[in-house]
Amino acid sequence: MSAALIQQLVDGLAALMLLTSFALLAQHRMLSVLNWFATQGLLLAVTAAVVAYGTDNSELYISAVMTFLLKGLLLPWLLWRVIRQLHVHREVEPLMNTSLTMLVALGVTVFSFHIIEPIERISQLMTRDSMAIATACVLLGMLMMITRRKAITQVVGFLAVENSLFFAAIGSTNGMPLVVEIGIAFDVLVAALIFGLFFFQIRDTFDSLEVDAMNAHLIHRDDDE
Amino acid sequence: MSSVIIQVAQALLLLFLAPLASGFVSTCKARLQNRRGAGVMQPWRNLRKLFAKDVVLAGHASWIFRTAPYVVFTATVMAASVVPALLVDTPLSLTADVIALVALLALARFFLALAGMDIGTAFGGMGSSREMTFAALAEPAMLMSIFVLSLSAHSTNLTTMINHTLNTPFALHPSLAFAFVSMLMIAVAENGRIPIDNPDTHLELTMIHEAMILEYSGRHLALMEWAAMVKLMLFATLITDLFMPWGISVQADAAGIALALLLWLLKLAGLLLALAVIETGLAKLRLFEVPEYLSGAFVIAFLGLLSYYMLEVGA
Repeated sequence: MSAALIQQLVDGLAALMLLTSFALLAQHRMLSVLNWFATQGLLLAVTAAVVAYGTDNSELYISAVMTFLLKGLLLPWLLWRVIRQLHVHREVEPLMNTSLTMLVALGVTVFSFHIIEPIERISQLMTRDSMAIATACVLLGMLMMITRRKAITQVVGFLAVENSLFFAAIGSTNGMPLVVEIGIAFDVLVAALIFGLFFFQIRDTFDSLEVDAMNAHLIHRDDDE
Repeated sequence: MSSVIIQVAQALLLLFLAPLASGFVSTCKARLQNRRGAGVMQPWRNLRKLFAKDVVLAGHASWIFRTAPYVVFTATVMAASVVPALLVDTPLSLTADVIALVALLALARFFLALAGMDIGTAFGGMGSSREMTFAALAEPAMLMSIFVLSLSAHSTNLTTMINHTLNTPFALHPSLAFAFVSMLMIAVAENGRIPIDNPDTHLELTMIHEAMILEYSGRHLALMEWAAMVKLMLFATLITDLFMPWGISVQADAAGIALALLLWLLKLAGLLLALAVIETGLAKLRLFEVPEYLSGAFVIAFLGLLSYYMLEVGA
């Protein structure tokens, strides 16, 4: 494969990453959120493998396999199990309506493109074009955390931010050292496990997974005292 | 001179193949649903029957109601003859660009909506209001997805855009993929196909296009239905022109035109078959979910625009 083709492949994968970030924002059902999250993980693994091939970086192959197993399979499965046990798979309740969220998301994407453009111009890397998209995906993940009510979707947003940071790392430095990557991967895994436990705790204490319910609970307690 | 002949032949071909195309889609759908279907010629038989029948006009019908079928049909056929199908450099395609094409379709839609409201029945007004609501969302999305291509071709002229696509070496363009998906979604919506509207039924609560032409009969109805078929053909040809023009003839010689005709028919059949599969596989969307579908198409087209700037300008 020629360098130009690999660059086109990376660009195409970056565009798909952007698409999955938008799709995550647009979903109504918990299960489709999870499906798109798993797709994002798979895309990430493919991107890592392609960049590994393009730059002859064997360590990136290992992190591609790790990404596939962890973000493509294990994390979606863990979240799926939590959703099934908590019976929350029906609706995602956004704070803003979907069209408004989409418009904000488009604005955020234009903004990050504007911010990254000067950096892109001085970079020599094969993957330089994907940096703007990685930044946009980070901001979109944060937007997802802001605009959702349920704790689970907020966690998916958080994990999407982590995915995009990994994507940014591949794009801007052709991969972090393997030790760092393994460390982050296990951090994310542990975080997901702890989040899973938290969900049950939150539900037991507040009878709801909505974040607003926690504030309401506190106010209620204040009134009692 | 010969390009003028080809232009005329191409417009007539689009006009007379349109009922066959629509019959092809319904036959494919019937086969996919384990039915025999009425055959590809059925829309032609319907048109012939309608042309032979008398027109029944409501007492309140004004001149708008009577002229609308002719305006709709003429505007749609004009738009269809602008789109190059066989030859890149036809006389009409040089004069009109994509924005004019969308404007012609908008003119047809405007008169269709007026005609729907003219008689004053509840269904006509309902259909018109729905059509205009969705058109307001579908039109910008369609223009946006065409602009993605115009950006790299530096022109909104269809001939220039096709020549640009033919002359650039093949490469993976994420922006084009986005524009293509968006254009497909819009084409399905604009032609009133499932999941937006169902062309086969007169279901009271969900129909859009059928509600507007409910009061028409005889040759008026025939013209309206024919216009709808030509529109389907137009969109299919537009999609092949914009995203897969390979094989279209650059020079007006017999061999090139024959090859272009063959490939065009093949691409058309492929697209229509895909439409039949989509229509069989999907259920109709609830009416309130349609704006979401259309704004989804707009977002995808906009993503195409963004990814053009992000990924392809510098590279």
